[in-house]
Formats: sequence, C-alpha cells, structure tokens
Amino acid sequence: MTGRTRFQQRPAGIHAAGWGWRHAGRAAWAVRGLDLDVQPGERILLLGGSGSGKSTLLGGIAGVLGGDDDGESEGRLLLDGEAPSAVRGRAGLVLQDPETQTVLARVGDDVAFACENIGVPREQIWPRVRAALDAVRLDVDLSHATSALSGGQKQRLALAGILAMQPGVLLLDEPTANLDPDGVVEVRDAVASALEATGATLIVVEHRVDVWLELVDRVVVLDGAGGVLADGAPDRVFDDSARELRAAGVWLPHRSAPARREPTAQGAALLSGEGLTVARPRGPRIPVGDITVRAGTALALTGVNGAGKSTLALALGGLLPPVSGTLTASEELRAGLGASPFAWRSSALVSRIGSVFQNPEHQFVAATVRDELAVGPRAAGIRRRQTDAVIDDVLARLRLDSLARANPFTLSGGQKRRLSVATAIVTAPRMLVLDEPTFGQDAVTWGELVGLLAELRDGGSALVCATHDEELVRVLAAQRRELTAGAPLVGAA
Amino acid sequence: MTFTQPLRSTRLASVNPVAKLGAASTIAIVLLASIDQVSAGVALVVECVLLGFLRFPLGAALLRVSPILVAAVLAGLTTLLYGQSSGRVYAHWWLVEVSDGSIRLAIATALRILAVGIPAVLLFLTVDPTDLADSLAQVLRLPARFVLGALAAFRLLGLFAEDWRALGYARRARGIAGRGAVRRSLGQAFTLFVLSIRRASSLATAMEARGFGSSARRTWARPSRFTARDWLVLGIGVLVAALAVAVSVLTGSWRFVIG
Repeated sequence: MTGRTRFQQRPAGIHAAGWGWRHAGRAAWAVRGLDLDVQPGERILLLGGSGSGKSTLLGGIAGVLGGDDDGESEGRLLLDGEAPSAVRGRAGLVLQDPETQTVLARVGDDVAFACENIGVPREQIWPRVRAALDAVRLDVDLSHATSALSGGQKQRLALAGILAMQPGVLLLDEPTANLDPDGVVEVRDAVASALEATGATLIVVEHRVDVWLELVDRVVVLDGAGGVLADGAPDRVFDDSARELRAAGVWLPHRSAPARREPTAQGAALLSGEGLTVARPRGPRIPVGDITVRAGTALALTGVNGAGKSTLALALGGLLPPVSGTLTASEELRAGLGASPFAWRSSALVSRIGSVFQNPEHQFVAATVRDELAVGPRAAGIRRRQTDAVIDDVLARLRLDSLARANPFTLSGGQKRRLSVATAIVTAPRMLVLDEPTFGQDAVTWGELVGLLAELRDGGSALVCATHDEELVRVLAAQRRELTAGAPLVGAA
Repeated sequence: MTFTQPLRSTRLASVNPVAKLGAASTIAIVLLASIDQVSAGVALVVECVLLGFLRFPLGAALLRVSPILVAAVLAGLTTLLYGQSSGRVYAHWWLVEVSDGSIRLAIATALRILAVGIPAVLLFLTVDPTDLADSLAQVLRLPARFVLGALAAFRLLGLFAEDWRALGYARRARGIAGRGAVRRSLGQAFTLFVLSIRRASSLATAMEARGFGSSARRTWARPSRFTARDWLVLGIGVLVAALAVAVSVLTGSWRFVIG
C-alpha cells in the first residue's frame, strides 16, 4: 500500500489507586481496592475468575463506564494522569462479540467512524484508515460489505477501527473467545503486527493463556475479593499462583492434557441417514451422504465455519427436515412413533432427542433456573413428583443448586452453558445433539462439561457434537465426521 | 443488498438523499390532499416522462415497483366494489355496488397510489442508508448522535430474522412447540426483545469505545453536499406537484380530502 501513514501516538500509562466501581443497582462492587501501575509500552495479560471485574477495569480505563447514573466509583483511575473520560481516544477497547462491534455497512466507513467521533480532520482520516487496515492485515476494498466478513475478519476490523484513533493503549476484552481456531490465530497475529507498528501499551483479557503468552511481558491476576492477587513476569505468576488460577478457570500453559476416556461399550445404531442432504431455509445445501449415530458413543461433526456443522446438527436433532435422502430413527429411539424425527410432535421429541444450542439464551423460556428445568418434563407429560427429584439431582450435579431461583438470563456464561445442557438431559433422551458445547468456556466449566458428557455416553446415550474443539473430540474418543464446505457461503445471500 | 444494486449505478444514485426525500415527500403530501383523477393522472404522466428521460433501466424499475402496481390494482378493485356509490349503478350484489361514483373513485385511488408510490420507491431504492445518515446530519443538521444511533440500530435489524428462526428451533427442541401458537409467539417475541436490547447495549458500548458521544466536535469522513443538481431534483419534485394541482384546480376537479 502506498502513501503509508506513520502512527504517531505515544504509549499511555495507567495509574489506579484504591479504585473501585459498583454498577448502578448492584449490591456488590465489581472492582474494589485496586492499586495498579502500568508503564507506557507495557504488554499485560489480565486474568481472574469470572466476576473478578476484568471487563469493568477495561471499561474504566476506556472511559465507557458512564457517569453517576450508571454506577458509583471510589479511589482514582488515571490514564496519562487524567480522568479516562476526559481523554477519549487515548484508550481503544475491542470487545468479545464480533456481531455487535461492526457499526457501519462498509469496511472503510467503519474504520473511519472512530476518527470522526474524536474530531480528526477529514484529510487525515482516509490515510489513517488505510494504515490501520494495513496494520491488521485486512486486505479488502474500502467499500467491501462488513456483513460479508468472517468472525476473525470482523474482530480485525474492530481492531483497525481502534488503531485509526491512534490510541496510547489497546484494551482487548476476550477478543478471540467467539472465534474458531483459525480466527484466533488471525486476530492474535493482527494484534502483534499492530503493536509493532504503534508501540502502544496493551492490556488483554483472555482465558486461553497460551495464545497470548509470546506477546505479553507481564501478567496481572485480579482477586475476586478485591485488589490484585498476583502480578509479575508470566512464568513466575503461573508458578506461584497455579492453584488459584486453575480454580479461576484459567487455561494454564504447559498443563498436562486430560486423559482420553474410551467408551465402555459400542451400542446399536439409534439414528441413520442415507444419501442425506440438509439445508436451512434459503441456505446452501449441505451434502452429507450416509451417517450413523450409535448408542454409547460420541460423534463429532467437524469442519471450517460455513461447512454446515450446525445445519446438520439441527437435522439430526429433528428440527430441520432433510432436503433429500432419509433420516431414520431406530425402533429403540422412536419408541412407538414414526421413523422420521422431524415428523414427531415437539413434546415427543423432547424425551427422545435433546438439543443444546450454541447460544444458550435462545433456549431459555422460563423465569427461574428451576422452572426452566421443569419445562421439558412437563411437556413430555412426566409426573410432577417424579420430576422434582430428577431436577434436584441435575441441579446438584451441574452446581446450579444455589442458583435455582435466579433468572436464567442473569447467569454468567459458564452457568448459562451448564443450564442449557441441564435442560436437555433432564428428560433423559437417548440421544443428545450439542452445537459447540465448549465454545468460549473457561477451564473449570470445560472440565465439568466433558466429564458429564463422558458419563452420559457411558450410560448408553448417543452424543453428537458440532465442534471446533480438538481436545473435546480426543477426550470423548469421538468418531469424527469432517464436513467440507460444499457451496460458497457468500452465494447463499 | 443485491436487490438494490442495479439501481445504485443509475444517475439518480448520486443525488443527495435529502433532495430525494424532499422531492418524494412533496409529491406525496400534495397528492394526498385531494382525491381526484386529474391531479394524480397528471403527476403520473409527468413522472413517467421524467423516468424515460433519466433512461432508468425499465426491467429493473418494473420489478421494484411491482408491489406498488399490485397494491394499486387491489385498492382500485376494492374501491370499485365497495366505494361510495353515486350516479348510475351498473351492478349490485349484497354489499357490492358498482356505480359511476365508485368507478371514478377507484381510478383516482389507483392512480394516486401509483403517482405517490412510484417516485417514492425509485428514489428510495437508490438511497444508501449510510449516505442518508450523512446527509441528514450534515445537510439538515439533525443531531449526529441520533442519526448515527438510528443507523447502527438499523443494521441490527438484519439479525432479527436469524434470531427468530433459532428461537423457533429451540422451542421445538424444548418440547413446547405444540402449545398455543399465540402464547408461544408472544414468549418468543419477548425473548427476541430481550436479546435485541442486549445486543443494542453492547453495540452502544462498542460505539462509545470508539469515541462516539465524546465532547470533541465530530468531523465527517464523507462530505455530504447539497449541489445545484440536488436543488434541481428538489425543484422538479415541487414542479410536478404544482403542475398536478394547477391542472386539477383549473379543470375544476380538485377535491380536498378534508372539508
């Protein structure tokens, strides 16, 4: 690219003294008693358990927590010696969800958005836009539609939008949690190249430590009870605080891999597809061919984004009719009904095949965790007295018993995932279809989920997992079915 | 996106959106003030001549205005059969009565829908939402916060259909797709609402993280200027409306809807 613009910002320093923040309407402080000094140009990995206030701290440094109506603060938090909200543009924040970070319809306009907001003169904006896209290595036309980008590209676009502001500090809040393995590497490399071009200070929050280890020179661990738990060079912190970090769900580097759990017995076929082709309404056709789901085993649907893993999962779950070919449930699975799961009534499906969606929130229909678990059994016509005992058991097993009266939407990410799995297993279906069950989960939740799935499998259930998670495939000793992208994704629109 | 693509390359596409908005709404407001055949007919004829003059791709134009054509025919038929009756009656069957009066009203209604609808659709299909926002903020000086907020929210609408379908699948998987359709749709709509609010608030945070709403004076990467040509388009819109009214009043056909 010609006419290259140099990044001219100085790296920013951060100073927190006894800082705390409490969101409006909450009893507990999200962060409290925090003392932290960050020198300009430092690169920090920020860790801590769920609810330890990592995102709040990043929001505070970015100056986006809002005013007195939005919450209460105490102590001091300074960016370059000033209140963060007074120096907007000095800190740039990239968030987790690629879908909600794209503001405008065209790539160039989206990157220019931040420059416009902080009042960069027009003649400087477009050179900055090109330099920022260059720095994240996003090589597309300025008029390219943002909606046509992949998840990893969207995250790089968001990063470019931040870089164009020429901020002194980059704040990244789980920027790769929603991406597939290729997207993760893509974004990490873009951050590395951006840091090289700008020399900016970096603070990144992420559970997957090994991804960022090469890039950071300091690790800070927040304490859920307030303040800092550990702070220093990465190796030292990981050695000294391994136990606390493990309990907080951090994926520690060089940990020993969990053991592969072989299935105890190979059961009969529960569901068989022949000459199968599946498709969503108006979506591309996914040729599948023959496929068999067996009791007591796990089947992993793998392949790149857009290959049709989720679509096939919907079809196997009896939620989408095959476009061509047949999908036949065995006598054992159908238990007196017709052969095609899609033809079953919803209330009959729920006790035969359970489905767990990628986004747990799509599945929640009740006001409390306990009611949520009662929905399936009630629909299936199971007696109240019987279900109560089963629900108590499932609640305890998935560590949700203390949350029985909470609203499902208010749970943390890991809790929501556990609840969505619980709703599917509470009706004891013979077959369970899960779409990216371990996506974005911390190490603790991951271990619990995988343990539970192995148990279900050994109890004779059939598992189908659409997943990118190689570790999950290995530990469950899953049979792999790799889907290749047949039709180009863009042609589907 | 692909639906509007062919029209984005026509001459109209580069006209300032505010000029197009002004022209289309002037014609609409003026024509909706009366219910007669002449004003709508004159406007429609002039519009067709103008479209020919612009060398609008006919096939593409017809495809886009086809919903308007259907609406005009349907509304015309309904008025023909059930419209206020007067003069000679040609057919009568229960509530249906076709008369001189209802024929006149039917033609007026159909012409009106075409005369208002065709320019509105063709002008708006050539408007890019981002350009419209730029223009509303820079030309009309509407508050940038409001205009850009609306633009960003508009983009989220696209995710609605996808969410709705996923919610439907999830309800079937949970065993409750067989329950009362009304109650289920309401519940599903509520969840969609909650998800949308969530998404909107995280989009708002992302926008703020990029300096949106900062105290700095906003600059604009894409200048939106109101040129002589834009005044011309606006002027043509006013002329079409004025001509339609003038001919209608001179021939004594003008009928105010109110009063």
